[in-house]
Amino acid sequence: MSQTRKQLLTDPLVDNNPITLQVLGICSALAVTSSLNVAFVMSLAVIAVCGFSSLFISFLRHYIPNSIRIIVQMVIIASLVILVDQIIKAYAYEISKTLSVFVGLIITNCIVMGRAEAFAMKNKPFESFIDGVGNGLGYSLLLMAVGVIRELFGSGSLFGVMIFEPVSNGGWYVPNGLLLLPPSAFFIIGFIIWGVRTWKKSQVESREYKIQTIKEH
Amino acid sequence: MSNSNNIFTKFKELPVDGMTKTIVVAVSLCLVCSMVVSFAAVNLKNIQEINKAIDKQKNILQVAGVYYEGIDVKKTFSSFEPVVVDLNKGKFTNKFNPITFDDKAAAQDPELSISLNDDPASIGRRTNFATVYLLKKEDGSLDKIILPIHGYGLWSTLYGFIALEKNGNDIFGLQFYQHAETPGLGAEVDNPKWKAQWKGKKLNNDNGELMITVAKTQKNKEHHIDALAGATLTSNGVDNLVKFWMGESGFKKFLKNLQNGAA
Repeated sequence: MSQTRKQLLTDPLVDNNPITLQVLGICSALAVTSSLNVAFVMSLAVIAVCGFSSLFISFLRHYIPNSIRIIVQMVIIASLVILVDQIIKAYAYEISKTLSVFVGLIITNCIVMGRAEAFAMKNKPFESFIDGVGNGLGYSLLLMAVGVIRELFGSGSLFGVMIFEPVSNGGWYVPNGLLLLPPSAFFIIGFIIWGVRTWKKSQVESREYKIQTIKEH
Repeated sequence: MSNSNNIFTKFKELPVDGMTKTIVVAVSLCLVCSMVVSFAAVNLKNIQEINKAIDKQKNILQVAGVYYEGIDVKKTFSSFEPVVVDLNKGKFTNKFNPITFDDKAAAQDPELSISLNDDPASIGRRTNFATVYLLKKEDGSLDKIILPIHGYGLWSTLYGFIALEKNGNDIFGLQFYQHAETPGLGAEVDNPKWKAQWKGKKLNNDNGELMITVAKTQKNKEHHIDALAGATLTSNGVDNLVKFWMGESGFKKFLKNLQNGAA
């Protein structure tokens, strides 16, 4: 049993990562990764929301009528998101100023909803909680990886601490402005997916068709 | 088995997809969730308001150049005197309590604001009354004037302060405390090096015409601020909002009166 619980937590990190394998939750990964501080708080928020929404939905899974199950899931997720948003505003005010819009968008993050629908509706509360946290961690891992690349090469700093002194402050590093714009996260996530699938061949999807050469006579 | 237990077991045995159960589950879930959310909102409101107020005070200290890491914000802020200014008359008013007066709320109140036809800063409505902060020297004479400014950039409305020397024409500093511009590009309005440019620039020329400009090309050194690289629209926004608030529809009248001792 504990073996499977451990797997629930660690599988979504690489082997079944919600972003690289399932390609979910891309939108918020583009929006919040231009600075690591923001990406970090966003990660914590998603881990909390994903874990607890799975927990509560799993508690209620025998009582949730099938006809309104998506709405019930949304209500639980949305309430948790508002809760998280209020807490961030109260205890991390500086960060909330840049993050508030995106915290609200956790409601529409497909990973949270996906775990609720695919796992929590069919499994026991504790397992569902672990699964939610695991998927939140998988999302966070990728968020942080993308964030490191974007902030380091885009602004020359990590967590707001200067690493490369940019030219605008009289240093030598010319920041790459493209990395601060949302499309760059697409490229980086693409490269990461490529890398992961080269490393873990089992993640490569089988081809749906194959181009064949026809011999002409 | 007691009566209440009976109702509960009866409810439990109802078909999950039946009408009764659907409605009962939906209503009770909504009730519980709304209670949790409102409980959190009400309980955390105080801390959030305090955070907001401290953040604003901190920014006033920063723009006036008296802020450093670890300073007691509240105590230092007490050397600033908040006063409400009637923008149409360009004079101080004691109609409102300056400590509790809310400029942003006033801008939404049709009785306390005007709708703008000529609206370069894209703010829609302008409040008739604004809270300004006067930094006094120890002997009680005026040291710096801190004026609130806001206007639209690329993604968001930028809220900030501009600090002027006591002659009402030399800029001491400019600082935004709330915006959502692109990090690394438009958000470079927070870059200390860029902000340092503002110090010592003059708003008006000797004839009293408003000259301050944020632009890529320099026309007049005394009134020129270099635009941000890669953030044309944010720079234009800052240019517009500074011109608006320092102009006739903004604080110009008040600054003139202040110099003549007629405020």
